[in-house]
Parts: sequence; C-alpha cells; structure tokens
Amino acid sequence: MVADTQSIQAREKQEVVSTSEQTTAGPVFSPTVDIFEDENALTLIADMPGVSKDNLQIDLREDVLTITGVPIVSIPQEEIMIVQEFEIGKYFRQFNLASTIDQDKIEAKLTNGVLRLTLPKVGPAKPRKIQVVEG
Amino acid sequence: MIARHTQGWPLGPARDVSSELDRIVRDLGRLVESPRLSRISDISAGVYPLVNVSQDSENFYVRSEIPGVKLEDLDVSIMGRSVTISGERRVEIEDPKVSYHRRERQGGKFRRQITLPTDLDADKIRAQYKHGILMLVLPKADNAKPKKVSISE
Repeated sequence: MVADTQSIQAREKQEVVSTSEQTTAGPVFSPTVDIFEDENALTLIADMPGVSKDNLQIDLREDVLTITGVPIVSIPQEEIMIVQEFEIGKYFRQFNLASTIDQDKIEAKLTNGVLRLTLPKVGPAKPRKIQVVEG
Repeated sequence: MIARHTQGWPLGPARDVSSELDRIVRDLGRLVESPRLSRISDISAGVYPLVNVSQDSENFYVRSEIPGVKLEDLDVSIMGRSVTISGERRVEIEDPKVSYHRRERQGGKFRRQITLPTDLDADKIRAQYKHGILMLVLPKADNAKPKKVSISE
C-alpha cells in the first residue's frame, strides 16, 4: 500500500436499521470496521469512540459475532448546544463468521476507543486413518 | 448551512416507516433548533474531525470523536478566539499476507480550526483525550461572561 498521508475525510455515522426494536431510546450506529484474516486468525478492528471496557460487549454464538458498545455521555443540564455535527448513540454490528473460532483463545483490546479483536481459527482436524473391514 | 444527505431515502425494502420518520424529525429538529453561529467554521463535506460545541455562562465546550490517535500525534493550539485541533490518525499496517474482507477505517492527517464568538481566557484552557474523545474546556474571558447590572431608581 502507498504510505501517502492524505487528509482524513469526515463521514457521518451509519445508522443501524434493524428488524427488531430497541428497548432503549436513542439512535444506534454501525461502527466502522476493518476485517482481515490469514490462515491462523480472523481480526476485527472497530472504531467506537467513547466506549470503555465496562460498556463493551462481545458475543459469539452459533458463528454469529455481535459487538455492542455504549459510549459514555455526560452533558450537564446547564450546557447549551451551539453546533452539533455528530450524534452520540450506541454502537452495534453483527457478522456471520465463515470459520469456526477457538473461543478460549479470543483476544480483545480496547485502546482510545478502538477495539482490536483477534479470533483464532480452530485448527483443521487431524487426519485419521480409518480402518476398513471387509465383511 | 450543513449540507447533508438524508441517508436511506427513498425507503429501502426492510425499513420501518415510523423509525425513518423519527430520524427525519430528529434531523430537522437539529437543523432548525440549534442556532448556527456564523463563522464558527465552514462545514464542508469531508472536514475532520466533526465537533459538537456547547456553552454555559462560564465556558465553551468542544467535543470531538477522534478514536485511535496517539497523544504525541494530537495537537491543540489556541490563538485569539480560534482553537485548532490537528494531528494524524495512523491505521496500523498489517502483515501484507492478510486478506481484507472489509476496509472502512481511514487514517491520515487532519486539521480543524474552530472560531468561538467571544474572547477566551487562554491560560485556563483544558484539554482531555479519553476513550478516543477529545474534550476541550475553553473558559470565556471576563468581558464575555454575563454580568448583572444593578438598576437605580
């Protein structure tokens, strides 16, 4: 990849339109992610500014990975908004995983609002010689 | 005027009408209610980072979402009534052997200048970067704070 440093473009958050209703009020956004894999692991990196470890949930069951984050929002009553360019809301994103993951070895690291999730793949089953009996 | 696309218009197949209407009402409310300070900044498409600016009688508050930036790559400076947020967001370069399924995050340099409508007390400015959010507290200069005037009969 070319290592040119260009200017970042600001983008609006993508709002999630889900088929099930939210029980809490407020918008829900889909965090921007990078997903890549090699033969050993699947890695997901998600931008979730405002989310701390205690407000982050990672769920993996039946090959569906779900990440949910609730950003810390504390705006005192006395503050009056003058300019609002971005909204604050929950983060939610779901993925169907093609590979089987070794759940015990999942690593998650949250730094400055960026989640780095490493999902090691389960190794291939060792080849087993099957005895054939004639009869 | 903030130029925006109303996302997802016209309605797509799996959209719920009432939540789409909620969203439009919220967007309209924001455009109509919040008084736009002229010259706070030119919001043209692509300018990063986006900011939310609020105030009370004592301070201006600037909040900005800039996840994944190292402190040494983040800079806040002030001159007169203008605050400049600048720096570089680096996206880690991964092993060239990996294959990407999604690549949505960007890295790059940024520089955003915001001009506040009153004089500021430059020495008392506070900046905090936590969980990827930059929060600036900009105290208003004394001449900018509201003062009660006593009325004599």
